[in-house]
Amino acid sequence: MGVTAGKDGLLYKRLKEVIDEKKNLQDPLIEVLREAQDIFGFLPIEVQEFVASELGLPIAEVYGVVTFYNFFSMVPQGKHIINVCTGTACYVKGADRIIKMMEEELGVKLGETTKDNLFTLSSVRCVGACSLAPVFVIGEDTYGRVDSRTKLVAILDKYRQ
Amino acid sequence: MSINRTDVLLCCGSGCVSAGSLKVKEKMVEQLAKHGLTDEINIIETGCMGPCDYGPVMMVYPEGVFYKKVTPEDVPELVEEHFVKGRPLHRLMIQEGNKVIANKEDIPFYKKQVKVALENCGYINPEKIEEYIAVGGYEALGVALTEKTPQDAIDVIKNSGLRGRGGGGFPTGLKWQFVHDAEGSPKYVVCNGDEGDPGAFMDRSLLEGDPHRVLEGMMLAGYATGASEGFFYIRAEYPLAIRRIRNAIKQAREYGLIGKNIMGTEFCFDAEVRTGAGAFVCGEETALIKSIEGRRGQPIPKPPFPANRGLRENPTLVNNVETLGNIPTIFRKGAEWFAGMGIETSRGTKVFALTGDVKNTGLVEVPMGITLRELIYDVGGGMADGKKFKAVQLGGPSGGCLTEQHLDCSIDYETLKNLGAMVGSGGVIVMADNNCMVNVAKFFLEFSMEESCGKCTPCRVGLKMMHTILDRICQGKGQEGDVEELERLGETIKQTSLCGLGQTAPNPVLSTLRYFRHEYEEHLEKKSCSTCTCLNLMHFEIDKEKCIGCSLCARKCPVSCITGSREEKFTIAQDPCVKCGNCFEVCPVKAVQKLPGMAELTAVNSSFSSLYE
Repeated sequence: MGVTAGKDGLLYKRLKEVIDEKKNLQDPLIEVLREAQDIFGFLPIEVQEFVASELGLPIAEVYGVVTFYNFFSMVPQGKHIINVCTGTACYVKGADRIIKMMEEELGVKLGETTKDNLFTLSSVRCVGACSLAPVFVIGEDTYGRVDSRTKLVAILDKYRQ
Repeated sequence: MSINRTDVLLCCGSGCVSAGSLKVKEKMVEQLAKHGLTDEINIIETGCMGPCDYGPVMMVYPEGVFYKKVTPEDVPELVEEHFVKGRPLHRLMIQEGNKVIANKEDIPFYKKQVKVALENCGYINPEKIEEYIAVGGYEALGVALTEKTPQDAIDVIKNSGLRGRGGGGFPTGLKWQFVHDAEGSPKYVVCNGDEGDPGAFMDRSLLEGDPHRVLEGMMLAGYATGASEGFFYIRAEYPLAIRRIRNAIKQAREYGLIGKNIMGTEFCFDAEVRTGAGAFVCGEETALIKSIEGRRGQPIPKPPFPANRGLRENPTLVNNVETLGNIPTIFRKGAEWFAGMGIETSRGTKVFALTGDVKNTGLVEVPMGITLRELIYDVGGGMADGKKFKAVQLGGPSGGCLTEQHLDCSIDYETLKNLGAMVGSGGVIVMADNNCMVNVAKFFLEFSMEESCGKCTPCRVGLKMMHTILDRICQGKGQEGDVEELERLGETIKQTSLCGLGQTAPNPVLSTLRYFRHEYEEHLEKKSCSTCTCLNLMHFEIDKEKCIGCSLCARKCPVSCITGSREEKFTIAQDPCVKCGNCFEVCPVKAVQKLPGMAELTAVNSSFSSLYE
């Protein structure tokens, strides 16, 4: 990935702006990486190198942080990230069924992205909406008590448009 | 300016928003405009009111009428009846038998609750500092800054008996004293909002529903300990909480309540938000500090404690969201008032997230010392759908499962700890008798195993070993001595792990071994899972008496192991069956049954399965 090439060049420019803005914070690495992931959708090694050199940190340290936290991904993610909650309340109320239905509807396994790059199916440890269990989150929207395939498909269809 | 005759408090906590409260608001606005009432009726979006199961819920003041499960379709009738004609709509109110409960105070869910930290949650608009100030907000800060010395402030908290609400239960006042006495500058206050326990949403609700309270609590802590800067560490999964706290800081700054020389005094304090990035271990205070420093969130050995050497090597106070949320009220109402609630060793109230197979799931705040029975049956309304109580899990992956015999035990730090569970951050998950306790233990262990940071061996390797054993027990491949080995490993990990994660991770296994040992033995010796949860230890069968021969199951079977005809009825060939459960789900007459035990065993001894029916 060329740093100055077309679309990517624009993305790096945006990242540079973010870094310049956050540089004055003390220890801004995680905040910068979050923004970088927002901009690029994931954190390929080139982006990590860029962040490392801009912040004056060893690349090993940046890589160490990226690989430590679940939130960061080094592979491209779908446009919509579906996080099925696998917290205790959802476990008790059948999160495994939601995952199974999702896998069947999307044709991917947990952790994978659909071929059209629209959805990434992953799981999360409790989103704190336990009263609505079983719960899944798409982007920032929370969906609770989805107990039938029809409901699930209707929700997915909203994002397919 | 319009004069409102009525305030409609609409719950916009996460539960109610997911249930559609924003659509209800839209419809309300439209309908009120239609009747020309826009200037008379004020709609206020509040934080979580608690009874999430009834969502979307709303309160109408001054009447104090509580409405549940309001849908956009209900709104035209509601507006017409209540706001135009002045007749509360009984159909949407909570009913007990034939009696309509008009007031919130009379609803059983609220009766035993005492709201301290959640005092304003669901009562004020969390995005308006004016509303927080109107209910006495920032008064405690003003009084403390102008009339109390930092030591006085610490003594207030010491006398109140408040203990850390994040799980540890360490006396808060003492912690403040340590930071106050520590040398080094600048000092920091960190608010631990990395609520990672699955099944817990207390901190989320408080941050979203009353952010200024937590901010005021942090500033009081800052004044008492001599800190000048605060950090809110909030997990990334809570974007609304992050926005609300940022907004609260911004508003407080506009009012001069945060920044330099607050309220004309010498006290200077500023706060910022740092977000987590998905690591459960960051709820541990030293790991959390590492994370704020932008590094891998791995804990370090204590001592030195953060009070002496924390963030950037300086004295740092780490308090949980709920702990800080209690502070302003304690200052306003006095230490004696707070200490008057609860029991000897555990004072005040505690917020719990009540979930699982209980009728009224939601957010509750009760005095310490209340019994589990009161919490589950009086506040929670008992078991949902007529299910039978089996266990209650407290304290998340660090806690344990308790049984029916413990229902009359008091909820406080010491009692629960002695029983092998813990207050923890406050997640209470009620489980019905269809839950396999071996599987529940495996679920928690899997969580801790995946979230182990990998720094110390007992936690990294030990939990993996325990998981391997549990997994083979659930697969029906358990070996003699497995139970004893689990106990040995569990005790070793507890004693030798570096941080709280490893030291408590074996608890779910140890507590189920203590109270549900027979289930482990059943899995091991009889190769049977009586709840039919562990797939290898159960099988499906078709009851020929019930089967109508419709062949739906056979058509849905992915491995074509169901054969038969309308006359002869259908049977499942056990060998190729993959136990997907499709047949069980599609059968229109419920002729497909789940039976405990391995299929082969049943074939040899046909009376075996009837033992479990």
